[in-house]
Amino acid sequence: MEEKSEKVKIYSRDLSVYYGNFRALKDINMEVYQNQVTALIGPSGCGKSTYIRSFNRMNDIIPNARVEGELVLDGENIYGEGVDVVAVRRRIGMVFQKSNPFPKSVFDNIAYGLKINGFPRNEIADRVEGSLKGAALWDEVKDRLQDSALMLSGGQQQRLCIARALAIQPEILLMDEPASALDPIATQKIEELIEQLKEQYTIVIVTHNMQQAARVSDYTAFFYLGELIEFGRTTKIFTNPDKKMTDEYITGRFG
Amino acid sequence: MLEAKIPQLKEKLLFMASLVEQMIEESIKSLVERDEEIARKVIDEDEHKVNNLEIEIDDMCINLLALYQPKASDLRTVTMVLKINNDLERLGDHAVNIAERAIRLIGKPPVKPLIDIPRMAERAAGMLRDSLNSFTNADPNLAVDVRLRDEEVDALRDQITRELVTYMMSDPSTLERSLELILIARDLERIADLATNIAEDVIFMVKGETVKHVW
Repeated sequence: MEEKSEKVKIYSRDLSVYYGNFRALKDINMEVYQNQVTALIGPSGCGKSTYIRSFNRMNDIIPNARVEGELVLDGENIYGEGVDVVAVRRRIGMVFQKSNPFPKSVFDNIAYGLKINGFPRNEIADRVEGSLKGAALWDEVKDRLQDSALMLSGGQQQRLCIARALAIQPEILLMDEPASALDPIATQKIEELIEQLKEQYTIVIVTHNMQQAARVSDYTAFFYLGELIEFGRTTKIFTNPDKKMTDEYITGRFG
Repeated sequence: MLEAKIPQLKEKLLFMASLVEQMIEESIKSLVERDEEIARKVIDEDEHKVNNLEIEIDDMCINLLALYQPKASDLRTVTMVLKINNDLERLGDHAVNIAERAIRLIGKPPVKPLIDIPRMAERAAGMLRDSLNSFTNADPNLAVDVRLRDEEVDALRDQITRELVTYMMSDPSTLERSLELILIARDLERIADLATNIAEDVIFMVKGETVKHVW
């Protein structure tokens, strides 16, 4: 298999996250490559969601949460002195397990973020259309843009949330169990979408569904009890991992 | 996703198969036309290509199984491709055997005009071609037809062997050369046999039925 050198978009160096006295992440050293899909897998409580939330400093809003070490985005440590957190978050979009559209129209769900970010009003409609197309939702909603977003199906709402995240043109897309609440067909659509999106974005996805990680990702990171056990190309992790524990988790021997 | 990967896998297998068919054709040609250069090409160039493809296809299959957990028809396709891949590499080996024997025979006077061996080669190559077509077209009927032709090829091998034994007995100086020809006939019989294996794999791939060892 050819190994081309990948460009690193974001990496962590000795990153630890504490909730009070509890150390949820222990000295994580990991690279995320540009325009690749990186999946974080591991049993419940292993720290994968904590790790992904470090990327856009979502852990900041949790009381008693403390971060040590570095998280470097395009060469800049986002936990450094004087970093503009809002500016960081603008470069990183996030989608959650339970889709959370605003109780507004489909159109306004996407336009809202653009408006409050000072986006030129006369270009909003175009950007809304572009985002909905990017999330493979345009054809299904183009005649219903003024309908309430809450009237869409679960899968459509999730794709709307993806469109909303894409509207501000982030560089990185974080997805925390994006398809867990969806039926198999809607899940497949999300997975196909992820494959298309990586051409433009760097994607990090947390999933408890190993098969999904195998299908969708280029790289896989296996976490356990706050530690990064193994990181590698997905084909390698799923055919011949280096660590015995990884093999046992993948084969369902534990977790 | 998986949908796009399966045709890619089949395409690669068929590419390897066409190389192997060519090798067999050229190895017989090198024997009949007494052309050492053609034989050398089969041994020195073609075999490497086929062996490398075998490794690539094995890798592709393992990755598909690991990453996509194919089911039903997809699972039968990937597992049968794994088996056919193996048989194709063996077919390549037999072509190389024939080419090596041809080189040894070229330097010496012919024992007899070659009539039955080329005929047997045509039958075996025809079976292989049809088994591969049955794979391309997912045609179990053609595969069934291939299986039925195996007996005839076995009979030809026996006939050729008997005739050459007679030569060896009447003129012991032909021993070495006759033996090479008998072994070439055996290689051709193995080629037909492997074509039958491929046909059986195609039947399983398409219909999910095992016909191996049953009839």
